[in-house]
Amino acid sequence: MSFFRGLTPSKSRLARLRSASLLLGFTLLSAGCRYAVLDPSGPIAAKEKQLILISTGLMLLVVVPVIILTLVFAFWYRASNTRANAMPNWAHSNAIEVVVWTVPLLIVITLGWLAWTTTHALDPYRPIEENGKKTLEIDVVALDWKWLFVYPEQNIASVNEVAFPVDTPVHFKITSDTVMNSFFIPGLAGQIYAMAGMRTELSLVANKPGTFGGLSANYSGAGFSGMRFNALATSDADFEAWTRKVAASGHPLDEAAYGELAKKQENSPVVYYAPGNAGLLQSLIDKYRHTPPPEHTGSPMNASAAK
Amino acid sequence: MNLLLGKLTLDQIPYQEPIIMGAVGGGALLVLAVAAAITYYGRWTWLWSEYLTSVDHKKIGIMYVLLGLVMLLRGFTDAVMMRIQQSMSLDPNPGYLPPHHYDQVFSAHGVIMIFFVAMPLVVGLMNIAVPLQIGARDVAFPFLNSLSFWLTFSGAMLINASLVFGEFAKTGWAAYPPLSELSFSPDVGVDYYIWGLQISGIGTLLTGVNFLATILRMRAPGMKMMRMPIFVWTAFCTNVLIVAAFPILTVTLALLGLDRYIGTHFFTNDGGGEQMMYVNLFWAWGHPEVYILVLPAFGVFSEVVATFSGKPIFGYKSMVWATVAITFFSFVVWLHHFFTMGAGANVNAFFGIATMIIAVPTGVKMFNWLFTMFRGRVRFSVPMLWSIGFIITFTIGGMTGVLLAMPGADFVLHNSLFLIAHFHNTIIGGVVFGMFAGINYWFPKATGIRLSEPLGRASFWCWLIGFYVAFMPLYVLGFMGMTRRLNHYPNPEWQPWLILAAVGVAIIAVGILCTVLQIVYSIWKHEELRDTTGDPWDGRTLEWATSSPPPIYNFAETPQVTEIDAWANMKANGGGMFVRSTPYEGIHMPKNTPAGLLMGLFSIGLGFGLVWHIWWLVGVSAIAMIAALLVRLFDDDIAYIIPADEVKDTEMRRLAGAGQS
Repeated sequence: MSFFRGLTPSKSRLARLRSASLLLGFTLLSAGCRYAVLDPSGPIAAKEKQLILISTGLMLLVVVPVIILTLVFAFWYRASNTRANAMPNWAHSNAIEVVVWTVPLLIVITLGWLAWTTTHALDPYRPIEENGKKTLEIDVVALDWKWLFVYPEQNIASVNEVAFPVDTPVHFKITSDTVMNSFFIPGLAGQIYAMAGMRTELSLVANKPGTFGGLSANYSGAGFSGMRFNALATSDADFEAWTRKVAASGHPLDEAAYGELAKKQENSPVVYYAPGNAGLLQSLIDKYRHTPPPEHTGSPMNASAAK
Repeated sequence: MNLLLGKLTLDQIPYQEPIIMGAVGGGALLVLAVAAAITYYGRWTWLWSEYLTSVDHKKIGIMYVLLGLVMLLRGFTDAVMMRIQQSMSLDPNPGYLPPHHYDQVFSAHGVIMIFFVAMPLVVGLMNIAVPLQIGARDVAFPFLNSLSFWLTFSGAMLINASLVFGEFAKTGWAAYPPLSELSFSPDVGVDYYIWGLQISGIGTLLTGVNFLATILRMRAPGMKMMRMPIFVWTAFCTNVLIVAAFPILTVTLALLGLDRYIGTHFFTNDGGGEQMMYVNLFWAWGHPEVYILVLPAFGVFSEVVATFSGKPIFGYKSMVWATVAITFFSFVVWLHHFFTMGAGANVNAFFGIATMIIAVPTGVKMFNWLFTMFRGRVRFSVPMLWSIGFIITFTIGGMTGVLLAMPGADFVLHNSLFLIAHFHNTIIGGVVFGMFAGINYWFPKATGIRLSEPLGRASFWCWLIGFYVAFMPLYVLGFMGMTRRLNHYPNPEWQPWLILAAVGVAIIAVGILCTVLQIVYSIWKHEELRDTTGDPWDGRTLEWATSSPPPIYNFAETPQVTEIDAWANMKANGGGMFVRSTPYEGIHMPKNTPAGLLMGLFSIGLGFGLVWHIWWLVGVSAIAMIAALLVRLFDDDIAYIIPADEVKDTEMRRLAGAGQS
């Protein structure tokens, strides 16, 4: 999978930069499983980590010399050093000016190029293709203070627990029935805001089975700290078993059940619902929009008041 | 609802909270002690005529700095409380601060540090230095300057009042709707936020107008724009930003206020409200705001590095154009505060790249400071220590900033402790270090007393080491996936880092204590630390051409400027301001007025009435403010002439004093 779509020929140079940045102190950080952001289990998070390392390495090209020169100049030109060649009127040099404008400029041009390509490659709305497997659709609703996951195709729903098979693209449609939150599973992908009356999207794939912590990354009031969920990346068979388990719980997500769920509650336990109310996400968005906009017109941003 | 007290009832006072009551009691005791001391020494008249009613930019500057330092103690106490809470609150331990209190603490910390510590310090240093550096006798509108200060003071007092009456916002310092809307925050906390910032924000806007007029119209003859000291340049750009950006904040908070007071739907979930409009507007002010704070700090470093290297600033024109470039670009990067809103890749990439471009002029500034030291004779006085600490620390903060500007990286680092570490890295390493450099640098000028060097060095080292110990762990925690504003957390691996961060904050606390001791000790030992020369650092710019503290009129004779670094140039050519050929003349100066003080005090009543819906108080305060303004506007007797003889006496004393050393 080509990460730097526009940059294929110079891949080896980037790889060298990356190893340079690794040498420059990031070996420690990238080792071990404690660093959720730097220990990715999916291709999106992996690229995000790679981007962090490469950018840091590029910037260290300026940062390290600046720090060293600061200390060297301050020390060598200390007033008590009689060996230093002081020139009290020297305050201009075209050559130095050219260098100090050019070097940061070149690095920023490189970083800008990197920003442009990676921002498109890592756009959370971008569908992921993985071995031709069918994308799993999951709707996400942020509530006070819990996460509701609705599986329209499986016709089930769950609170504070979401499961999906490994190596399968997952597409989340996200909204909020309360204040703004941010949907985030640090080990698997970036985050995206959940906002009432609006729908955002996020795609991810898990390449390793496991349980990943998920959270709200945007403060949302008193119960915010307990607004956590587990994301279970499983084998296909285990996912089937999980959906059967949820379906067997036999607790329909009807209007009354949703009304109860939407009430403020801190540190909510995991709850399963079946059947799962496939139209819930859209109806929650419509609730805040008096006149739903017609098809194919979105708002200026693509976090639009859904179709 | 009560006609007399609005929504305010006795149970709005948090008697049952020992921490709050302790803080309030301590604060009240301190105020009483200060008042008793003033009474004991019979200094009320002096205080009234020399400070409270003064329109002298130097006195107003001192009051701004004092306000900033006092509020620093309050904002820092909030920081200590947060660090203690997070070092304890690994599940199942809930810590000692429940969410309803903790959430107020982190909101108040941000608001106080930005609006009532950093802003007053920045405006205070501009007040002290800018008119002197351009060879002027005061700012363009001295009364407006006094009013600006008292409105800022009023905003700070409203925020402090929330400690006793009711509560503060539980929304974070940016108060994003819909959380800050009435339906999710029905209490008065957000109203304190709105009115505290509205009142002080108007004060800041007036400062912006005042200093633009001052810098554009009141420079000494010969001081072309390209001969202004770099600090004046940065002050100029900062005031351009204030005038352009603060109205956005005013309007945004007004719209939020309308939502809360009369039920409009600008930012609500329903009724066609658009919460992201608030977020856009807030940061359209908020990003320029960070440059409003840091540009004057850059200016201070430029003055300090040049002075203590004994050389002109390297690449003056580069410095100026870099400052102007930062000013421009600061307005086109606001969206990087919310890449995760769901904007398309083109939008995010545009704002990401625009943000990175700011790193170019900032990098140029770094190199120019470096090359100012190059071939210089560097003296490591306290202001210079802060400057070197800044260059190293801010470079790291700039690097993590560019990393966050990369949308792909921001998606995993946004709202994490990495972000918290980054902006404290730039605000402490940039603004706070800059303000302490500036306070140490200009304290002798403003007061005539040099600050104690040993205590100043101790303060610097505690801050520098404390900063790294407190915030490097937050970078690590960001990579570990810890998000900001958590009251408690489940991951035991985070706790050691949080405890380490708390240790860092304790080291910073010692640094703050040293600063307080430094100021108290230096005032106590003022006889031996007196600056009789007017030029204790071998300065390069015009503020050092007059005595310390300067006479009320600053310069008996307007200086003539022929080059950059006017004072260094005069000294090199012999004598300068100390030699006088023409006879002394009477000097026209503005009179003191209590109008600014009164309007400020009435605006506290206005804000308090609005917060609690005490409408009679709102009406009375508004009428009183307008009355005070009208009395002032129709007063023709607002200036006086200092007679030529008095000027001559003052100047003779000054020259005699300078001759002694």
